[in-house]
Amino acid sequence: MTALSVAGLNAGYDPDLPIVKGVSFDITRGEAVCILGPNGAGKSTMIKAIAGLVPCFGGSVRLGQTDVTGLAPHVLVRNGMGFVPQTENIFTRLTILENLQIAAQLLPKAERSGRIAAMLDMFPDLAARPGELAGALSGGQRQMLAAARALLTEPQVLMLDEPSAGLSPKLVGQVFDTLRRISEAGVTLVLVEQNVRAALALTERALVLVDGKLAHDGPTDALHDGKLLGELFLGHRAAEAAT
Amino acid sequence: MNPQAIIDGLIAGSTIGLGAIGLTLTYSILRFANFTHGDFLAWGAYLTLTVAGVLGGLAAGLGAPVYPFSFGWGLPLAMFGGVALTVALTLGLDRILFGKLRARGADAIIIVMASFGASMALRSLLEFIFTAKPAYFTKALQIAKPLGLGMRATPDQLLVIGLTALLVVILHLLVTRSATGRAMRAVSENPSLAGVYGINVDTVIRVTWIIGAGLACIAGVMAGLLVQIRPYMGFDLLLPLFSAAILGGIGSIPGAMLGGLIIGLAEAFAVQIVGAEWRAAISFVILVLVLMLRPQGLFGQKGA
Repeated sequence: MTALSVAGLNAGYDPDLPIVKGVSFDITRGEAVCILGPNGAGKSTMIKAIAGLVPCFGGSVRLGQTDVTGLAPHVLVRNGMGFVPQTENIFTRLTILENLQIAAQLLPKAERSGRIAAMLDMFPDLAARPGELAGALSGGQRQMLAAARALLTEPQVLMLDEPSAGLSPKLVGQVFDTLRRISEAGVTLVLVEQNVRAALALTERALVLVDGKLAHDGPTDALHDGKLLGELFLGHRAAEAAT
Repeated sequence: MNPQAIIDGLIAGSTIGLGAIGLTLTYSILRFANFTHGDFLAWGAYLTLTVAGVLGGLAAGLGAPVYPFSFGWGLPLAMFGGVALTVALTLGLDRILFGKLRARGADAIIIVMASFGASMALRSLLEFIFTAKPAYFTKALQIAKPLGLGMRATPDQLLVIGLTALLVVILHLLVTRSATGRAMRAVSENPSLAGVYGINVDTVIRVTWIIGAGLACIAGVMAGLLVQIRPYMGFDLLLPLFSAAILGGIGSIPGAMLGGLIIGLAEAFAVQIVGAEWRAAISFVILVLVLMLRPQGLFGQKGA
């Protein structure tokens, strides 16, 4: 069953200069997909457009059977979209518990405390100090809080924009271990990531974006040796795709 | 020095603080300095006066003073109507002006200038409808009662201080303990992320206008009750309101209230020390000192 369907998506900040150009793909429920590409390829813009944070100028985004193209982010969240931005992805002036309580407002009242407790069980680092300001957390713990917040509402699709950005190698390992557990729990995962090796190890399918266009869509196995990816990043296949 | 300045300062500070809370909320969530806020105070006072007049016409007994105060039940009842009408005015202004500018992604300075223009229009409209002649909620005279230590206050003045304290506590609890308050603090920190968390930012903005307008109306009624109602009463309070909000730290409700009390006390003592003609300058001096020495204010956070 399709969890996320993107068809002919054009998006960016200026309708005359779209950054994402006619991208189409379907993601099956429970699948873990990474979106790779060189700097400036439009990966983050595309994921933000799907999440309702960047204007879409054409094409469509469907979440399950629902057309969610151009809907506001808070409406998308209510429709089952979870998104974790790359930076500034938690409210640092609120406590850990308050961050989770805000997300829990979307759930029926009877389920809220149970779901918050489940998230604190999943992320013991957060459970140790729920009343602490989120701004006091380390980079890795912030990513965990951001993931916990997004998972709290049990989204159909969880999208993360470069969760390893700015983290030490040890913390990157922790974050990816967490993402692996999330994926193994059956959550549909879409990951934009610059850390190619970690992303390929976690996911089973890769989309490669070059100059705003989809240059490759296939199993991650084909990309492990780095040759095809190198060609795509350097533009040979992109040039072919353009022609 | 006469200790009466303490009571005078607390009374003036109550009105300033209540107005500054509304200003600081709109400043932190809508991210612009709203020059119309002072005019919301004046409009709130005049709208309440109008509703009180209508109620008085319907039931004459409502205007009879209720001991020990100088006003009857008509005024608190009218204040509910005044708050509702001020909220409607504020939401209407947001719909036709500020909301449209936000939707276009206008810079904060454009919205500030728009608020400045709207402020002048609102003030002129008030003067056109009600004339510049001062109006009063009550013409009953009150004798200030001794409070000890050489201080005196009328029951109306004590009511204003008590009502302000009650409202500040309620608001503080709302912002720190309720889901609405958490959403307001979240939008204040990062509106874009708030949407990703599932918060409807437009709803939070409307709630902020409602709270700000309600407080402005109550502050206007307090000022009108203790002094008089004039079209320029809000404009005259604008500098103290901004000084109090910035002194307290943008976004901080206790800070705005404390800032209001400090401004009120500073004005009252200035009247005794350097003369009444310098009263208005005190807010400006405090504003400049805060911006130079501690721009984040007493309770604000750096970069907020």
